[in-house]
Amino acid sequence: MQDVKTFRPKIVAFCCNWCSYAGADLAGTNRLNYPADVKIIRVPCSCRVNPMFILRAFQRGADGVILCGCHPGDCHYSTGNYYARRRMTLLFSMLDYLGIEKERTRVEWVSAAEGAKFAATMNEFVETVRQLGPNKRLEDLRCKK
Amino acid sequence: MQRIGVFVCWCGSNIAATVDVSAVSEALSHEPGVVFSTNYQYMCSEAGQNLIKDAVREHKLTGVVICSCSPRMHEMTFRKAVASTGLNPYMVEIANIREQCSWIHKDKAAATEKAIILGRAAIAKVHLNAPLTAGQSPVTKRALVIGGGIAGIQTALDIADAGFEVDIVEKQPTIGGKMTQIDKTFPTLDCAACILTPKMVDCAQNEKINIFAYSEVEEVKGFVGNFHVKINKKARYVDTTKCTGCGECTEKCPMKKIPNEFNLGLDNRRAIYIPFAQAVPKVATIDPDHCNMLKNGKCGLCAKVCSAGAIDYKQKDETIEREYGAIVVATGYNPIKLDQYDEFAYSQSPDVVSSLEFERLTNAAGPTGGTLLRPSDGKHPHTLVFVQCVGSRCSQEGKGKSYCSKICCMYTAKHAMLTREKYPDTEVYVFYIDVRSPGKNYDEFYRRAVEDYGVHYVKGMVGKVTPRSDGKLMVQASDLLAGEQMHIEADMVVLAAAIEPDKSARPLATMLTASMDTNDFFTEAHAKLRPVESPTAGIFLSGACQGPKDIPDTVAQAGAAASKVIGLLCKDQLTCNPCVAHADQLMCNGCSSCEKVCPYGAITYEDKEFRMPDRTTAIRRVASVNEAVCQGCGACTVACPSGAMDLKGFSNSQIMAEVDAICKM
Repeated sequence: MQDVKTFRPKIVAFCCNWCSYAGADLAGTNRLNYPADVKIIRVPCSCRVNPMFILRAFQRGADGVILCGCHPGDCHYSTGNYYARRRMTLLFSMLDYLGIEKERTRVEWVSAAEGAKFAATMNEFVETVRQLGPNKRLEDLRCKK
Repeated sequence: MQRIGVFVCWCGSNIAATVDVSAVSEALSHEPGVVFSTNYQYMCSEAGQNLIKDAVREHKLTGVVICSCSPRMHEMTFRKAVASTGLNPYMVEIANIREQCSWIHKDKAAATEKAIILGRAAIAKVHLNAPLTAGQSPVTKRALVIGGGIAGIQTALDIADAGFEVDIVEKQPTIGGKMTQIDKTFPTLDCAACILTPKMVDCAQNEKINIFAYSEVEEVKGFVGNFHVKINKKARYVDTTKCTGCGECTEKCPMKKIPNEFNLGLDNRRAIYIPFAQAVPKVATIDPDHCNMLKNGKCGLCAKVCSAGAIDYKQKDETIEREYGAIVVATGYNPIKLDQYDEFAYSQSPDVVSSLEFERLTNAAGPTGGTLLRPSDGKHPHTLVFVQCVGSRCSQEGKGKSYCSKICCMYTAKHAMLTREKYPDTEVYVFYIDVRSPGKNYDEFYRRAVEDYGVHYVKGMVGKVTPRSDGKLMVQASDLLAGEQMHIEADMVVLAAAIEPDKSARPLATMLTASMDTNDFFTEAHAKLRPVESPTAGIFLSGACQGPKDIPDTVAQAGAAASKVIGLLCKDQLTCNPCVAHADQLMCNGCSSCEKVCPYGAITYEDKEFRMPDRTTAIRRVASVNEAVCQGCGACTVACPSGAMDLKGFSNSQIMAEVDAICKM
């Protein structure tokens, strides 16, 4: 087991293009720090995130996955974030059953104006995952080359 | 295998200070498929773009990865540059190593490592990119302006001037907005009505402009160039084609004690009313909440006196459906409610008024005919205290607003100056935190109030206003510069209330899927470079709905919004977003899952003949996507149980490749 102090988790963040990705950009514009362990993947809408992507991330060794979208009611495509919320509720409870702690997965609503919220969320999420230590559950060792 | 070129931007020192750019371009040059990798100071500059173009030609690149600022910033720039070489613009991917890397990390090693991983993810994605061609969609050559204040009026006039049809939707019975209630305007002190009402009349007379007053937007569907809007035209119970605006009915109506909204409740109106003499359209409206005929079926006096026969008690709300190419939001602002400010005794004393109420009290068309009289006893006030920043720049949670309302300093200087000019025997005090007067001739204007008109400007806040039994208002305040407490016996106190977006803005933003900031002001696509466009294509912003603004700024922004709308409406065809859903009909089993989640109704089903392996043919029901209607959200791709639905530009395999690249490390 790696030491908690030196452990650097792999965090995949899916951000919707219209709100959260812009929120992440704003965090950058305002020079708000969060750990470099977070890597953002841009998707058009939170509803574009297939549960498969999240399973894949854990299979490939991610320690935490976060999905960020527009606030309820503010989705650029009207209803996309509602689909994302339902799908992820289901997926996360299944992952929890498989042994991937609920704290490793998260859905957050971050608007384009909430750079500070984005940075705070990422800081907090990375710290939570760091405390949990590396994820071994779904990791497929054959993928490690 | 793609032939990929990697271009790492320094962005001056914005990226290069925290990310070792040469290490990034070196590391990425070893990635599979990368045949060229370099770094340069400013990739977005002409020299940088030429560097990319030359490399594409020289190395016969089929894919381009640019490690630079956010794709929200320069994706279009780089796509255009690449397209000029003949390569498909959608073969470009951007790794965001500025906003999401160099600007947020301080540790150079960690930032460089992250930049390399982000670059790898972009390379992995570009390997799976396919050339995309954007479709075209037609543009409805008509604009909708929501809100008929000075912002909406100016936008509509400018669009109509260019020869396009414009509809104005205004929820009040007349257009004109807040500016109609204002007496004089700073810094020139010309009367608001004199400069506004001719514009209102222009709107009414312009054959390209169609005014839907007393109406509200009920539903917005569609997308840029092709909006479909439902407008609810509320029943006025008056036939607007017959009403001449003579006002006979408004004098005969027996319901006399209804607070007049136009004068902010400082006087009364009847149940049938015309808001003010210069209203456009100048027609009467029956207030259904107070009309005896509509409530109890008794009265009918207005119908009897109307010589034009315009009264129609049976009128119903009407829904109008119209198509538009562009929508301008001009919903404006409102002063905040002052009820919660007990310390200023706003609810306790009628002589404590808001600035807008003061505006009505000094307006020649107001309830007092322009003579400044105390609302409580109708006497002339001798000592006036103006309090600035009531609710503005307030850090207290749940009370007031954190921002500066921008207009209050200047209109208070105007009020103080006008009061001293008309009534030199009055003493006028202004309590301020800071006086903010940036603007052409604004500071000079404020200085005139202090120096020429002898207004007492005191730096400090008013702590408490206590109404006394003799009708005086005891004002307790602190003078911060003198460092002493002040006690003033005032006859009137005027509160410069903070301004906030109109309440109708929030539901409207939801309908338009336009984003708002935490204060419910509409957000612009870019704070500096695209200030009048919403991030949602085809939605434009005009006036105070985007942030506090005075009249000169509002008119300037209204014109800017109009020019953007004209630019859009001039086009016959719009280029669609090519990143749309696509159904693999061989894999589709026709289950309809995708159709149910599509918010645009872009998915239809068709019966298609398929050749089976045993050389027979079979007819199957399969999905097909209308590419002009699909907006590319991707909801269907996840709903599809057979994996037949995919999104171009953000395909399952592309996102998976990014996930793999990020998790590989």
